[in-house]
Amino acid sequence: MKRFLGFVKKEFLHIFRDVRTLIILFGIPVIQILLFGFVVSTDLKNAQIGFLDLSKDEMTQKISDKICSSGFFMRSETLLSYNDIDKVLRKSKTKAVIIFEKDFGRKLISEGKAAISIITDGSEPNMATLITNYVTAIVTDFNRELAGTQAAGTLLVQPEVRMFYNPSLKGHYMFVPGVITLIMILICALMTSVTITREKEFGTMEVLLVSPLKPVQIILGKVMPYFLLSFINIIMILLLSWLVFGLPVKGSLVLLLAESMLYILMSLSLGILISTKSKTMQQAIFISFVGLMLPTILLSGFIFPIENMPSGYGEVAALMPPQYFITIIKNIMIKGTGFMYVWKETLILIAFTVAFIGLSIRNFKIRL
Amino acid sequence: MQKIIEASGISKKFGDTQALKDISFEVSEGEIFGFIGPDGAGKTTLFRLIATLLIPDEGKLEVLGLDSVSGFRELRKNIGYMPGRFSLYQDLSVEENLNFYATVFGTTVKENYDLISDIYSHIEPFRKRLAGKLSGGMKQKLALSCALIHKPDLLILDEPTTGVDAVSRAEFWGMLRKLRQHNITIIVSTPYMDEAMKCDRVALIQEGSILSINQPEKIREGFSRKLFSVKAPEKYKLIIALRSYPGTITTYPFGDSVHVTFRGDEFNNSLYEYLNGMGISNVEINETRAGIEDRFLELMEKGTKA
Repeated sequence: MKRFLGFVKKEFLHIFRDVRTLIILFGIPVIQILLFGFVVSTDLKNAQIGFLDLSKDEMTQKISDKICSSGFFMRSETLLSYNDIDKVLRKSKTKAVIIFEKDFGRKLISEGKAAISIITDGSEPNMATLITNYVTAIVTDFNRELAGTQAAGTLLVQPEVRMFYNPSLKGHYMFVPGVITLIMILICALMTSVTITREKEFGTMEVLLVSPLKPVQIILGKVMPYFLLSFINIIMILLLSWLVFGLPVKGSLVLLLAESMLYILMSLSLGILISTKSKTMQQAIFISFVGLMLPTILLSGFIFPIENMPSGYGEVAALMPPQYFITIIKNIMIKGTGFMYVWKETLILIAFTVAFIGLSIRNFKIRL
Repeated sequence: MQKIIEASGISKKFGDTQALKDISFEVSEGEIFGFIGPDGAGKTTLFRLIATLLIPDEGKLEVLGLDSVSGFRELRKNIGYMPGRFSLYQDLSVEENLNFYATVFGTTVKENYDLISDIYSHIEPFRKRLAGKLSGGMKQKLALSCALIHKPDLLILDEPTTGVDAVSRAEFWGMLRKLRQHNITIIVSTPYMDEAMKCDRVALIQEGSILSINQPEKIREGFSRKLFSVKAPEKYKLIIALRSYPGTITTYPFGDSVHVTFRGDEFNNSLYEYLNGMGISNVEINETRAGIEDRFLELMEKGTKA
């Protein structure tokens, strides 16, 4: 035990002496959270749209004012003919053009319906869908107002869509759990794999091996400090997302922290597994980044829903531990569900952890 | 006397490279046993085998009465190993390094302080300094202190003096001699022939084979011919001239002179005339005692001819 504690103490000294390690450990998570939270946003804010008003009456004026005053859109250009649409969209500053047909207001009052077209730039599909949805919502809203004031008799039945759990469909609700998942697996796996391969590269492993330390002691001694620091990290990220983005933890905080500990442990053991397979720090960094970051982003359901993946991909994604943690953390943080709803995912994470630790100890070379 | 290391018929291959072939030797308790040979001779591989870091392909290796393969766990408690490369934590201070190795081996610095005091006292004034910032000689003393801190029965030192200045080297050997009084057996490798004289016994090793094992004095005496030291102002020209002289067997530069052996172990005036003819004058020729290096080169020569 004394040997083990001596080893842990040495690891802490390494961490606190190395500024780069500290930056990776505490700087990157903060930057990532802020970056993903602010920059990678799926919310519409001041999207530039152009108007082609062939009617130019009171109605069209009202609708376009309503659209532009919503805060989601900004009027960029006023077009004069259909021929301009292509020209304007090609400049790609304007994301969409809204067209009111001829005699819009008159038709709407006499016939009860009039046409608006929304032409969007399909080269940015996400943006295009968002704009269509938002504009449709605003026009629907206008319809309702119109029905309420002008023709009291005609009740328009409108579908009312409400998003549960994330009523305003805020991007942070989606990104914070995703970023926590991504950062934790990256940092934990990266840090541990680098510290072990560092001992190999500097030749200190040679001396450690020729000592009575057992592989278990070396591995646990490496994991322990990073485990504690990563846990502090998680708390820091949660605090940050609460203070900056106002993201609450709806479920039990204790459960969330417990699940996070499990996830950290799993990531650390994955890092050790990587280190037993790589000879140099460079190799370890490469595997951690390329082997973990891309699959985590692409296959964990962080950005692309797993349900929508073509057959085969889903099965591959099932082998990616992060997806289970994303499910867990979203359930607890956003839906506020209890352990009964995430026990399956928890079990899977435990299984991964046990497998990684087992493989690491087996693969750990007791010789050179 | 008890045998500390018994090796018989050890071979080790890395891919196609035969690092060691059929090596046998014994080291007795309390000896300072040196392995002398050029880079790439197989010294490091051999030491790693003894330190239980590698497994021999063939042969049997017993260290401290234990098999080096099956008894590695027990062995690792009782050997001190200092690898050829500086292998301490550069970002830890002198004191922290020493304390770390002490705890890892289940002891304390205090407990075995008398053993290392002689060596450690040199670096103790710098105990707060990071190990990476020490000079070469100090690094080596720290590494030795760390390898000794658990009072091992066998100390394995792989090229401890490579890259260290002459004064520190001499000091280091002085320390090793003092360790004998604690009954610690030491095996040490070095590419420097002059250090061989400081060992109790040495093994000359070349291309994975042991050429000879004996006391350094005896190895010198094993030189089979009379050796002459030839001096002249222009050494390079002298070597070329001596090599082309029909009576010469071997010519090797040695310090400021050239060590030469002649057919029939003698030379006559025709040599002076020959050298004069080549434009070399002021030649001084004396018979000299062969050193370890001379014997080593002689054995190597035989090895390649055989």
